Amino acid sequence: MKKKLIFICLFLIIPIKVFALIEVDITRGNLNPLPLAVSPLSIDETSKKSFEKILDKENIGSEISIIVENNLRTSGLFNPLSKDAFLQAPDIANLKPRFEDWNLINAQALITGKVTYADEKLRVEFRLWDVLAGKEMMALAFTTVPNNWRRVGHIISDKIYERLTGEKGYFDTRIIYVAEEGPKTQRKKKLAIMDQDGANNKFLTLGNELVLTPRFNPTSQMVTYLSYFKNLPRVYLLDIETGTQEVVGDFPGMTFAPRFSPDGKKIIMSFAKDGKSDIYTMDLENRIVERITNHPSIDTSPSYSPNGKFIAFNSDRSGYQQIYIMKNDGSDVKRISFGNGIYGTPVWSPRGDLIAFTKLHNGKFYIGVMRTDGTGERLLTENYYQEAPSWSPNGRVLIFYRETKTNAKGEGFSAKLWSIDLTGYNERLVTTPTDASDPSWSSLLSN
Amino acid sequence: MILSKIFKNTLLLLAACLVLSACATKKEVSTTTDIQGQMQSDVYTGTDTVEYLADGVPDRVFFATNESILTTASRETLRAQAAWLRKNSSINIVLEGHADERGTREYNLALGERRANSAKDYLMTYGISSDRISVLSYGKERPVDGGSSPLAWSKNRRSVTVKAN
Repeated sequence: MKKKLIFICLFLIIPIKVFALIEVDITRGNLNPLPLAVSPLSIDETSKKSFEKILDKENIGSEISIIVENNLRTSGLFNPLSKDAFLQAPDIANLKPRFEDWNLINAQALITGKVTYADEKLRVEFRLWDVLAGKEMMALAFTTVPNNWRRVGHIISDKIYERLTGEKGYFDTRIIYVAEEGPKTQRKKKLAIMDQDGANNKFLTLGNELVLTPRFNPTSQMVTYLSYFKNLPRVYLLDIETGTQEVVGDFPGMTFAPRFSPDGKKIIMSFAKDGKSDIYTMDLENRIVERITNHPSIDTSPSYSPNGKFIAFNSDRSGYQQIYIMKNDGSDVKRISFGNGIYGTPVWSPRGDLIAFTKLHNGKFYIGVMRTDGTGERLLTENYYQEAPSWSPNGRVLIFYRETKTNAKGEGFSAKLWSIDLTGYNERLVTTPTDASDPSWSSLLSN
Repeated sequence: MILSKIFKNTLLLLAACLVLSACATKKEVSTTTDIQGQMQSDVYTGTDTVEYLADGVPDRVFFATNESILTTASRETLRAQAAWLRKNSSINIVLEGHADERGTREYNLALGERRANSAKDYLMTYGISSDRISVLSYGKERPVDGGSSPLAWSKNRRSVTVKAN
């Protein structure tokens, strides 16, 4: 709660004025990314020197514009043009762009801005221009502590993305994942967190015990995960700001596959005992435990619908792994996956209309999506091994992990994070310092 | 008549070709992965990775893909373990359940638990108290063979009996 308040205070956002024009076609993925120009943010000499001293960055204006450019490019919806072709200087462009010049290099939109240092704060203003119409579409200013400069770049990207696509952005977010090292038979695993663009990577555990499947609380900077601390696999809770850890699933057996409810107040997880796994919830405030399923099969990988009324889960009650949905009290269980192959890891989209899943068919693994009644199955990507999709907070992009095949000696193994657009286009490797798996995407930090 | 005889012969020849080619492909698979004699309908039957709790007491049993049913060989191994545990009544054990890499992480954790429990249930029917047995599933996290072949996977689908004290 405290942290949330601080975030809001840090960013003083002043809208200057707003018009309405360009539209981006977001239904087709990256077939025709919109060409646009991100002019480096202009900066006066005094401010430049101050930031150089504080942040050790030669030109913070162009650093921030590079963040914006990279974000827009990786979305697959935009094509930021090479700065070499820009004719107008950043400071003049921000005052009044010469639209003919930008039109000449085929930019349909232009982003300009200015950075200043005042009262020990970083002030950034930016403008989004419709080049063809010759009009300003949006202008905003932010004031924050200088150390927040990367987040300013992400927030600007989100504002531009939202203004041009009509959907919320997903750039001011973080990814929590499992960092992996060592031979396949003795893998060392640590929790790690990074900004969505791979910056600010940080390890949260030391690797002394096996950790798996971290998931963000959608309403705070809390994480739930599975730890083998003292060789007892249990569900834990971690506050990533304070580093405090506590066990929440300390039942006489294994607790695993944890996820938060959409309001962040409950953890839903599997509890395995005597060869059967069932789904339980725990209220984090009063610690009341509720049993949701009761079946001799394996019931696992539960995921709430965004309104909290339904739960999607994985069960082998039909003989093999399939996807089921039920009401949040465990009633009305319905199987929804009926295609060829076996299905796992259902994850409800934040928009509520789709369920992402992993599928194994004929020795290949697929990441796909289906409607919540099981119709409209679409496979987005096929590979030797991949699983565990996690949605971007706007429900537009999926991040998952992929493992490579090894040779007879067990060599050649790697585990990496990948992202793909909901349309099946724009598949990208997400670079991490070590091998990586089990990614989970946070909500927007500045919401 | 002659025509039908020729037709019959051609058919026979065709069938023979099919059988031969089927054999050929099967053989190719088994030689490249060195499965011969080490797997029986998907269950590992070799001794490469097996360790011994005592003379004649193997420490592990193997499973078919997605299964937790004990084979005849597995039951024999567990009976030997039960006899050894009855003789060494101060020893407690951990049954470590494992899965191969061809399944989702969370399901495999549950599957490892189910496999270890089917070994536990069998030991209990041979007189070993549940107080002496704990179960620990590693899912697919601790393969014994890091290879990506049906044979490697069969070695990894296992429940291993480990001394706890």
